[in-house]
Amino acid sequence: MNTLNMKFIDPHIHMTSRTTDDYAAMQKAGIVAIIEPAFWLGQPRTELGSFKDYYSSLIGWERFRASQFGIKHYCTIGLNSKEANNEALAEEVMDLLPMFICKEGVVGVGEIGYDDQTAAEDKYYRLQLDLAKEANLPVQIHTPHRDKKAGTIRSMDVALEHKLDPGMVIVDHNNEETVRDVLDRGFWAAFTIYPNTKMGNERMVEIVKQYGAERIIVNSAADWGISDPLAVPKTASLMLERGISLDDIHKVCYQNALDSFGQSGQMKESDWLENTTIDQREKFSDNSILRGGQTPMVGEIRMNPAFESNIVK
Amino acid sequence: MDSKLLPTITAFLEHLLSQYTTADAVQWLKEKQQTVSTSETGKELYLPFSAAPRYVGKKSLNLSIEDLEQSNKLRKGFNPANWTTDQLARTILLLSLPHEDGDKYSQFILKLFGTADMGELVALYSALLLLPHPEKFVAQATEGIRTNMGNVYEAIALNNPYPFEHFSDAAWNQMVLKTIFVGKSLNKIYGLDERSNYDLARMLSDYAHERWAAGRTVTPELWRPVGPYINEYIIQDIKRLFNSTNETEQEAAALACAQSTYPAAQTLLEEHPLLKHKITEGQLNWSHVSQKAVTT
Repeated sequence: MNTLNMKFIDPHIHMTSRTTDDYAAMQKAGIVAIIEPAFWLGQPRTELGSFKDYYSSLIGWERFRASQFGIKHYCTIGLNSKEANNEALAEEVMDLLPMFICKEGVVGVGEIGYDDQTAAEDKYYRLQLDLAKEANLPVQIHTPHRDKKAGTIRSMDVALEHKLDPGMVIVDHNNEETVRDVLDRGFWAAFTIYPNTKMGNERMVEIVKQYGAERIIVNSAADWGISDPLAVPKTASLMLERGISLDDIHKVCYQNALDSFGQSGQMKESDWLENTTIDQREKFSDNSILRGGQTPMVGEIRMNPAFESNIVK
Repeated sequence: MDSKLLPTITAFLEHLLSQYTTADAVQWLKEKQQTVSTSETGKELYLPFSAAPRYVGKKSLNLSIEDLEQSNKLRKGFNPANWTTDQLARTILLLSLPHEDGDKYSQFILKLFGTADMGELVALYSALLLLPHPEKFVAQATEGIRTNMGNVYEAIALNNPYPFEHFSDAAWNQMVLKTIFVGKSLNKIYGLDERSNYDLARMLSDYAHERWAAGRTVTPELWRPVGPYINEYIIQDIKRLFNSTNETEQEAAALACAQSTYPAAQTLLEEHPLLKHKITEGQLNWSHVSQKAVTT
């Protein structure tokens, strides 16, 4: 894979749920930068403090962890739609968000939108659209799994009603049924290559053949479920095999993510082009990435050597 | 930090910053200092504190010897050699907050700690030595030592007199041990020799035994806080070092003995006249050992 030394961005991946093996493999496959949207952890949160600590880990520990593998980590911060249904907690989270959305490396408000399309979800989606507008940040919209088409259209209608510029809004988890509406209205259309529930990458190839590469973005949304953190490079590979031009692949697997989220002023190509060294001596103790005795990598980024034997020293 | 000195310190930091950033950025900071200085709730501090890099950049300072001497003169142990422009701006903002009421002041600053990102944490911990009511932040700094982010750890533990002045022995000992554990140089710990103690010497010796049992090495720097506490047990470690094929380990053994009044340690040093001579002549000290330890 990645014989052409292409560079990729995965603009939607939940690294908090992934392992260091994933980071190493992603780096090897050419992923240079990632965006981690704040999302639901699988287990509902019941206290404000767990939101605060989660946001802190996205801008702190997880970013640091990624840097140890030569990957630049950005995030979007927001209250996800599922947890917007706990109204008492959602109120508190809304007070907390201004403390986080202007931090360094926060490239948008997200992922926000609808899940069951309840009144509470609608209320907090709108409040966060206003917040993003006030901070002049891009918005990353999660479109619902159920009743997707209506939910996607409603997400866009409400964004326009709140006077957001569609060029500042990335509509995520599209499929064949939603893509035309999203592109026709001037929004960015992101696609998630995720086994069984979202897009397969063969279908993705067909979408690019049909709609071209303008404003189309590919991501993995890899998380705590059965998912693939290499979905973006694998899809690029398949596109190449099936005759999509290099230029178009570069757009949907790199440039469009940079152009859309780069509008935050917090994500520049120079962030990774000029920082191609890592120093794993920046390693750490009880939660260390490198356990005592592993050889740290220092200098030009390269892959971890494969484990050559079963002996652990 | 004596709060009477704050205006002088702030003026000095402003002078440093003006050399590394634009007039617009200086102006932006001036305005923010103004609003922060009359803040009732601390709220006015939070946004500019976060946003500082967007206005003043993140340039490394390239300070002159004079500037560094002046830093140390204004505040003993203050060494901003590795500081960046955003760090300066953030520190200036922290010093602009009303501080007559220590409880209120520390509450605002601790709230910042609670949602800080890595760059903000570095700025906050490095600034502790300049803040009024420093005793209010001991628990936070002790907690900070538990971090697993390299640069945040360095901001507290290295080139910073705050732990030396405020940490309990237990916290101090953990910090020294962890500095070795994460492969950073003891040479940069402010006040290392003054705060060495028997418990620390025992922990370090135990740690060496653990490493040796696993067939691993330990940095020769480890023996620096041990020297003054050589006893019937630790002397065995020192003998082992003298018998090492590694020259730096032998040097560490000699230096440790030179710090000790334990008779057997004195005897051991006599048995290594060349090393003893080097120490007496000032050709060998712990800084040399640190330098070698870092480069190997």
